[in-house]
Amino acid sequence: MATLPASVPVRRRRSAARWFADTGWRHLVGIAVVIFATFPLLYVLSASLNPTGTLVGSNVLFRSLDISNYIELFNRPQQPYAAWFANTLVIGLIAAAGTVFLGALAAYAFSRMRFTGRRVGLLSLLLVQMFPQLLGVVAIFLLLSGIGDIFPALGLGSQLGLIMVYLGGALGVNTYLMYGFFNTVPASIDEAAKLDGASHAQIFFGIILRLVAPILAVVGLLSFVGTTNEFVIASIVLSDPQTQTLAVGLYQFVSQETSKNWTLFSAGAVLAAIPVMALFLFLQRYIVSGLTAGSVK
Amino acid sequence: MTTSTPGTTPPLAPRPAATAKPRGVHHPGTPSVRSMLIKISLLAIVDSLAVFALFTLLLKESWVVFGIALAVTLAINYIYLKPGLLPAKYLAPGIFFLAIFQIFVVVYSGYIAFTNYGDGHNGSKEDAIESIIANARTRVPDSPTYRLTVLEQFGTFSFLVTTPEGEVFVGGEDRPLDEAPSARLDSTGKAIELDGYTTLDFGSLIQNQSVIADLSVPLTDDPNDGALRTPDGSSAYLYTSALEYDAEADAIVDTATGERFLDRGDGAFANEAGRELSPGWKIDVGFDNFARAFTEESIRGPLLGVIAWTFAFALLSVGMTFALGLFLAIVFNEARMRGRKFYRIVLILPYAFPSFLSGLVWLGLLNQDFGFVNQVVFGGAAIPWLTDPWLAKASVLIVNLWLGFPYMFLICTGALQSIPDELTEAARVDGARPWAIFRLIKFPLLLVSVAPLLISSFAFNFNNFNVIYMLTGGGPRNVSAGVDAGATDLLITLVYKVAFGSGTGRDYGLASAFAILIFIIVAVVSIIGFRRTRALEDLN
Repeated sequence: MATLPASVPVRRRRSAARWFADTGWRHLVGIAVVIFATFPLLYVLSASLNPTGTLVGSNVLFRSLDISNYIELFNRPQQPYAAWFANTLVIGLIAAAGTVFLGALAAYAFSRMRFTGRRVGLLSLLLVQMFPQLLGVVAIFLLLSGIGDIFPALGLGSQLGLIMVYLGGALGVNTYLMYGFFNTVPASIDEAAKLDGASHAQIFFGIILRLVAPILAVVGLLSFVGTTNEFVIASIVLSDPQTQTLAVGLYQFVSQETSKNWTLFSAGAVLAAIPVMALFLFLQRYIVSGLTAGSVK
Repeated sequence: MTTSTPGTTPPLAPRPAATAKPRGVHHPGTPSVRSMLIKISLLAIVDSLAVFALFTLLLKESWVVFGIALAVTLAINYIYLKPGLLPAKYLAPGIFFLAIFQIFVVVYSGYIAFTNYGDGHNGSKEDAIESIIANARTRVPDSPTYRLTVLEQFGTFSFLVTTPEGEVFVGGEDRPLDEAPSARLDSTGKAIELDGYTTLDFGSLIQNQSVIADLSVPLTDDPNDGALRTPDGSSAYLYTSALEYDAEADAIVDTATGERFLDRGDGAFANEAGRELSPGWKIDVGFDNFARAFTEESIRGPLLGVIAWTFAFALLSVGMTFALGLFLAIVFNEARMRGRKFYRIVLILPYAFPSFLSGLVWLGLLNQDFGFVNQVVFGGAAIPWLTDPWLAKASVLIVNLWLGFPYMFLICTGALQSIPDELTEAARVDGARPWAIFRLIKFPLLLVSVAPLLISSFAFNFNNFNVIYMLTGGGPRNVSAGVDAGATDLLITLVYKVAFGSGTGRDYGLASAFAILIFIIVAVVSIIGFRRTRALEDLN
């Protein structure tokens, strides 16, 4: 604080120094981190609005604002961006809905019923979480090529087959999270409904699913984001550009000629990121509670 | 979000009669007609698919899969038709997919790791013999001309041939010629139509010419007899192979030179000099893949390097993201500070950005010649961020820090805020300095709740495929390695490249052996980790 002019009253100088010691330095850290966190995102946004096309032309941020890249993106038959986008949404949404449904069914059974093998089942679900599906990518490839011999509609190259593979991971990752939340809904609600003559299916679909809607949203979102980001399995199952997802398509697009296609890729990246980021910020409160739910029992 | 929450339901809760009911007794209730109809129709759909699958399996004579599929179908029907069995009714759908696409897949990986499955070793020995002979086929110089009509049925093509003697046969790929006396002939005596098949017109012939030119229709069951092929779609010629299979000696014989290729137990036919005929076939090789991985000089060195780097990457990633996340959580965990919400939302952005895109965006930022970092931040320097082995390692760590610190920031903030204020108050009253309060009270408490997440984070980063593959592709490549391994390759990217890479040919067996290795490492680390955290919890 040596640079402060001498005319500043002593009292104010002390309060400025105290402000800095108290919270001011925190803002300095904050600004540094904000720059670190956002500059790649600002850079890609700026590049997407730059009509020059190349990597080297993108180094001056926000030199021009031009949406020609966004238009060009939808007019390239070699890189069917619109199809990739639609495929990602469709595969992601179906897989998310299936994951939520399968997980909720299992969580309901574990939370409300007592049966032999329940403890073992819960423990194995915890165990399965440790081994992501991509470890078995070779086996998945060969399995799907085998399934394709019987049901060509479910084999290699089929989006439905890919969704089924994703559903295989449904119980592993999320059921435990749901199980914890189901336990917070009092069992007396089920019992009361049962006395009123409701069947187990009516209780589950009519009452329980509504009460646990927040966790369903979190699991659905996490599953959707996970599927959107999934590259390994999607890249070996989907070979026809028309059926590929954004992760596979954009990777192949930019890895071939990084610097030449840069601004076009940037436009694609911005569009691809918007739905995911919007959902994330919209649901961030739930997500944070979901993330910490595993630790704070 | 919800129409009602658990908090709004207490009026329902105090019902002694309901809560006193013994658990485990489930009255099925009287199912409504609607739910019965839904149930029956869903089951009908599943069953019809199952019957179709069983029928196909029956035709293909794959008995083991048929048996399993039959058992599963019967089990599903039993579960959903028998009253009661509630837990099974709710668990079956999830377990069905889990069993096939997660558990079976792991077991199957284990099996593949013990085979030589891969490029050139894809199928059975019979397939290999057929395809070796077929690949060596050439047109017999004085072959008779078979007049040909190409037929189509259910998307596969067949040859309808008329021999010079006027006899008519039909056959296709893998379907040897069979007599077809019912075919209709045109005025010249050439067969042109057959019931159940569509005759290809000229247009479709042109459209499918490459497929038809690749067709070879075996003359008889014995591949040594040769096959018919067509160069033009209207006449076919006999093609025989210089290679013949000698069933008694179990050898492929070159009839032109007399050279013999024997089955020497390596999954391929090889001559005296060791030259192998391609393709070979799939055999069980026992621990060969694992032995190769750890004894063959050109694989062992790179593999050990990759394992060491995988551990270093996972540990450093967890350590760095946790350190930065915790630091930021402490910095922003100050009630008097303004704009905390703003910082919080901005800091989440890298976490919300799709991770596969992050790697690609940084790929552009760090480009050696044109990237923003070199051109603008370092004023036109040509720093090889992604092509120098050590700088590439640093780069992937920095990018992963960018990706991962928001997560750690979120969970550390949550954990810090759940530590009761009384504890720190009491310590302050006792005269503890802020650093001591943090080190001795807050940090241990925080660690208890965060430790399981750190272990999961380690397990996740151990297999963090996207960052590595999108950013460096595992490179820069170690050119002396016998596998496609680079300086930043993790085990999981190595698995992917060995199994599906374009550079060195696919080797499913070796890739699966690596996958099993990851499986074992992750299992051991998790078990040790969770044991330790349980010990931490006991301290609390």
